Amino acid sequence: MTNSVKLTDVKKSFNGHEVIKGVSLEVKKGELVVFVGPSGCGKSTLLRLIAGLDTPTSGEIHISNKDVTYAHPSKRGVAMVFQSYALYPHMTVADNIAFALKIQGLPRAEVDAKVAEVAEILQLTPLLKRRPKALSGGQRQRVAIGRAIVRQPDVFLFDEPLSNLDASLRGQMRVEIARLHAKLGATSVYVTHDQVEAMTLADKIVVLNAGHIEQVGSPMELYRRPANLFVARFIGSPNMNILSVKVAGAAATTVTLETPQGLLEIPRTGVVATNGDTVSLGLRPENLHVAADGEASHLKGHVVLIERLGGETFAYVALKDFGNDPVIIKLSGEADLHNHQEVGLRVDLDRAHLFDAQGLALGQPLGAAPDVGAGHV
Amino acid sequence: MYNNKLIGSMYVTPFIIGFLLFTAFPFIASFVLSLTDARLQDQLGAANFTGLANYGEMAGDATFQKSLGVTFFYVFVTVPLKLAFALLIAVILNFKLRGIGFFRTAFYLPSILGGSVAIAVVWRFVFAGDGLINQAFGVLGFGGINWLGEPDTAMFSIVLLRLWQFGSAMVVFLAGLKAIPEDLYEAADIDGASRFKQFWMITLPLLTPVLFFNFIMQIVQAFQEFNGPYIITAGGPLKSSYLLPLMIYEEAFKYFNLGYSSALSWVLFVIIAIFTAVAFWSQKHWVFYAQERDDNKGGH
Repeated sequence: MTNSVKLTDVKKSFNGHEVIKGVSLEVKKGELVVFVGPSGCGKSTLLRLIAGLDTPTSGEIHISNKDVTYAHPSKRGVAMVFQSYALYPHMTVADNIAFALKIQGLPRAEVDAKVAEVAEILQLTPLLKRRPKALSGGQRQRVAIGRAIVRQPDVFLFDEPLSNLDASLRGQMRVEIARLHAKLGATSVYVTHDQVEAMTLADKIVVLNAGHIEQVGSPMELYRRPANLFVARFIGSPNMNILSVKVAGAAATTVTLETPQGLLEIPRTGVVATNGDTVSLGLRPENLHVAADGEASHLKGHVVLIERLGGETFAYVALKDFGNDPVIIKLSGEADLHNHQEVGLRVDLDRAHLFDAQGLALGQPLGAAPDVGAGHV
Repeated sequence: MYNNKLIGSMYVTPFIIGFLLFTAFPFIASFVLSLTDARLQDQLGAANFTGLANYGEMAGDATFQKSLGVTFFYVFVTVPLKLAFALLIAVILNFKLRGIGFFRTAFYLPSILGGSVAIAVVWRFVFAGDGLINQAFGVLGFGGINWLGEPDTAMFSIVLLRLWQFGSAMVVFLAGLKAIPEDLYEAADIDGASRFKQFWMITLPLLTPVLFFNFIMQIVQAFQEFNGPYIITAGGPLKSSYLLPLMIYEEAFKYFNLGYSSALSWVLFVIIAIFTAVAFWSQKHWVFYAQERDDNKGGH
């Protein structure tokens, strides 16, 4: 497959302050790549550099194998959906969608036909004569997407397109975008700060932090094998629990950790560590379980808070001698638990993560679970 | 509660007294006077009720008709020119350039001074026979022009004074330009619209509420222009710059025809009212009050 978008050591500074610190990246044709990261990580800047709304300080940008580093936005074959939608308020929905085609000087009949086709795909046909202010947030979002689709660009760029919508609408539009991507198969770069959007939409996620890439991979790859603490914490909801422990021994397939509650033996290969090293043990909420009465447990503590969401329950458990931060456990909706209850916790040790003092992943999980590709609706 | 009302009333009383004394009373008095043959030097009691005679007199008054024509010419020429000029400067000053704040201030300065008597006096010197412009012409080897002595050029000089005061309209345009979201231009950039097309298809339509406001203000102000013709040209030569406000002033305070002058004021008032009403009526065809709002974000 050919590369649709290729960034080579792209850097960008504003007033001497470097916000993109050498990003290299390839987006394959037809892929939906999501840039995700906390605010200020440079994800929107990176998208603007691809769009041509900003110019990199150094590095190269190729789109469809053409060097477009300094090309005008209109010469790059990209279409962009803005966070604010950027609809022209004085134009009807039809005129908004038709804008780029009219600028290209396409014949009226052809413009009308294309607008009608796009409106049909996005269920905007009854709204074509309306102005943006007479539309709901979700409808405006669809118009903004329509305006991008109608141009049939090589690459779609989405800049936090759902962040202005309320939660239920966001979920709905997320499904629509996924469906649309499956239907059009267009190369897309999608920026969001919402890891749920990233996980559900992406073929490939690029986790950005402070202007550089932390990790690139499929959603499940990032979930199962985060390369560092930052990715481990960022991907997954609720967040991964991180416990500070010491290495007590590392063998070929196991590593023994010394915790305030005794030793834990974790199946893991390739761990290079010295006894006494402080490391971070990462445990996902779903990999912690409440031990039944009389059942052996790895960790002990007491419940400090229970959040019941209906289908599932989050229990916050303060581990004995582990400091103040409780760990979060994901349980079934019916979990029979109450505040202050003393509990023993079983840990799925084969799903545990380990990070060194620098926050980098330490070793590999034993027989790492095979990758699960991103599914589309 | 009672106390609050009393204190509130005390705060607004100065304005109400001022309004009644200096706005409402003259407004009504001028209308009453316009129906009389009142003269400035006489006791008011000496005035006779003459009905619409003053208004009838205008029909046969060649000076009034000349003044009316000159006034319309002045308004029709200065309003579009000034709006276009103010918009042009606003667009230029909206560029993101180093030190642009200084230029914004510098370009606004003429408007602070522009309407004043002092600038009108300066204008008279600039356009005088041995004034700055003719001296510059002399240096360049051209003959001087009798700017204030020829009907065409005298009008030109007061038109130019009006354009010189573009600052207030410019500042309003600038505020309007700043209110247009940057991402609309970015979207248009990606869609391949040239700067020129962006101006016509995005900037201008979105600026129409501001344009409308400026248009009304300029119409009202242009019809009331007094300083320029009074100080620079004295309405001449041959009444070629004899704007209606100057005629109203001269009728009242030079010829002492208070009744006739009041009637002229009311004609000017009605003309301005009609123009304003037509503008308001027309706005549904060309003004877009459709700033995009984000209803999902809550507050506006």
